[in-house]
Amino acid sequence: MTSKPRGQFVRLAETGRRPITLTIDGVARTALAGDTLLTAILVNGRCVRRSEFGGDGAVAGAPRAGFCVMGACQDCWVSLDDGRRVRACTTFAENGMKVRTAHGG
Amino acid sequence: MVAERLPPVIVGAGPAGTRAAETLVHAGLRPIVIDEAPSNGGQIYRRQPSGFTRPGKALYGFEASRAAALFGAFDRLAGSIDHRPNTLVWSIRPGSIGAGLMHLVSSERANALPFDQVIFATGATDRVIPLPGWTLPGVFTLGGAQVALKYQGCAIGQRTAFVGTGPLLYLVAYQYAKAGAKVAAVLDTAPLSAKLRALPGLSANAQATARGLYYLFWLRSRGVPVQLGIHPLAIEGRDGVTAIAWRDPHGGSHATPCDAVAMGYGLRSETQLADLAEVPFAWDALHRQWLPTRDAAGRTPVAGIYLAGDGGGALGADAAELAGERVALALLQDRGAADNGRSHADRIAAINRRLDRYLRFRRGLERAFPFPAHLAGDLADETLLCRCEGITAGEVRRAVREFGAHEINRAKAFSRVGMGRCQGRMCGPAAAEIVAGALGVPIEQAGRLRAQAPVKPLPMAAVLDDAAASARHG
Ligand SMILES: Cc1cc2nc3c(=O)[nH]c(=O)nc-3n(C[C@H](O)[C@H](O)[C@H](O)COP(=O)(O)OP(=O)(O)OC[C@H]3O[C@@H](n4cnc5c(N)ncnc54)[C@H](O)[C@@H]3O)c2cc1C
Ligand code: FES
Repeated sequence: MTSKPRGQFVRLAETGRRPITLTIDGVARTALAGDTLLTAILVNGRCVRRSEFGGDGAVAGAPRAGFCVMGACQDCWVSLDDGRRVRACTTFAENGMKVRTAHGG
Repeated sequence: MVAERLPPVIVGAGPAGTRAAETLVHAGLRPIVIDEAPSNGGQIYRRQPSGFTRPGKALYGFEASRAAALFGAFDRLAGSIDHRPNTLVWSIRPGSIGAGLMHLVSSERANALPFDQVIFATGATDRVIPLPGWTLPGVFTLGGAQVALKYQGCAIGQRTAFVGTGPLLYLVAYQYAKAGAKVAAVLDTAPLSAKLRALPGLSANAQATARGLYYLFWLRSRGVPVQLGIHPLAIEGRDGVTAIAWRDPHGGSHATPCDAVAMGYGLRSETQLADLAEVPFAWDALHRQWLPTRDAAGRTPVAGIYLAGDGGGALGADAAELAGERVALALLQDRGAADNGRSHADRIAAINRRLDRYLRFRRGLERAFPFPAHLAGDLADETLLCRCEGITAGEVRRAVREFGAHEINRAKAFSRVGMGRCQGRMCGPAAAEIVAGALGVPIEQAGRLRAQAPVKPLPMAAVLDDAAASARHG
């Protein structure tokens, strides 16, 4: 799966920013300087994390992609390869970051 | 006299916090202004990250000049305030030194700040009612959809449906369409009749009402379906949103194809810090929420604790600016700080007369966009209520019926609802309706979810850091 999957977020403006590269679940992806991790993940795909719990009768591991985008719902925490756990919507993406969404891995 | 005391602290650098800081600086004080966001502005006037170039008009629309004025006011305070961005106040302990001790975390470092006067200007977040499918990727809050656009230049999807009620529903849909996003539909749970009945109250703010109508007609004239009085049924999809199903007022069922949904039913105040500071709460029927009690100037019954802006009931940004100035005057009065010319009490009374208009307008809004409490109360047993812990509406009802939980904190103990990482910010309003429904009592008898520290999860490094600091201080 190296082809660019369909993204959830769609860029409408501010597309002239400097491109950065980060690794999402082992795959190199492009984002823009000033993107939050949530944006960087969601312009490249549709899932940010897997729920520990089921939902609506579904099995545990259902996909989640954040909800409030303002640090309130806590539904966007991801792991970095350096061991840190961060809230994707309030953390800026940085060049060279390695992110695990617990998705497809 | 002033110099002997600790500097006042303001939590929140939105419209309320900014005007409070300005007023304190004019009186010769140097307040500490704390905000977890990287820059000032708060929710409505959220500033985009550096390197972004859209002009204020593109970001704030009709509100651009107010935004510019507020930013100008804040920028002029540079050097006169101790501004601490990227800093979360995660706990308050009342009474140990002065009025208390505040726990902060900033870039994974924890520290403690003694204070004797603090203004909470902590604002509000979206009020949500769960819906089958609301945890699917592609479903965001209305405010979240707006943040994606304002702060990141992104739409939450290719085709977004807007569902819920309140002025933000139309505003954000308009902002999306205007920015070039495809709006699949605007689905408002409030019927047209409610809007017509509300017109007298809404006339208290004719300008805001005119803008709301402008958004509505603008959307309609561009062919965006706008449906009133709908009943949302479910968000459909497997790994992401594919449609939203809803019922029209005549009972017809519809499914609108979309790949994103923005949902919201007005705002709920962020009150956790006041709760930890042991401020008593009272039920507020207008906001349908328990709110910290305070006097007409924003003083709470706990000495040294003040409240301003949407954090004490959402009345909007213009009212928040006035309330920020007002509460700062009250704080100055209590500090015995000299006032130049007109007495603080006179200024407070004058501001209160102006604020009265916003309160009347807010009542009008509540009539135009009533909170559809029944949607929460009637949630099907199998619908997921708590996204943090995966708890269904049925589990909460069982906690009431089978385990005898007679109010929401007991229901929380039995079902874990509201115990998750969001502390009930997302599920709380609906959980209260469900508990009230199961008990067969009015909502104000369902109890109030109590806040717990930390008000938001801390990074692990900060937890260790705080433990080390506590060990040092004994
Ligand atoms: C997402 C969203 C979008 C909105 N959009 C609009 C709009 O487009 N038009 C409109 O008219 N109104 C809008 N509103 C309403 C409007 O934002 C408010 O009326 C106004 O911002 C209230 O100002 P305030 O100063 O009371 O709080 P806010 O502007 O919300 O500011 C509160 C500040 O406190 C900070 N804070 C909160 N808790 C803590 C803590 N524990 N530690 C540190 N900092 C903390 C927050 O980071 C925030 O910056 C919106 C509200 C929301 C929630
Ligand atoms: S999306 Fe809600 S906290 Fe990040």
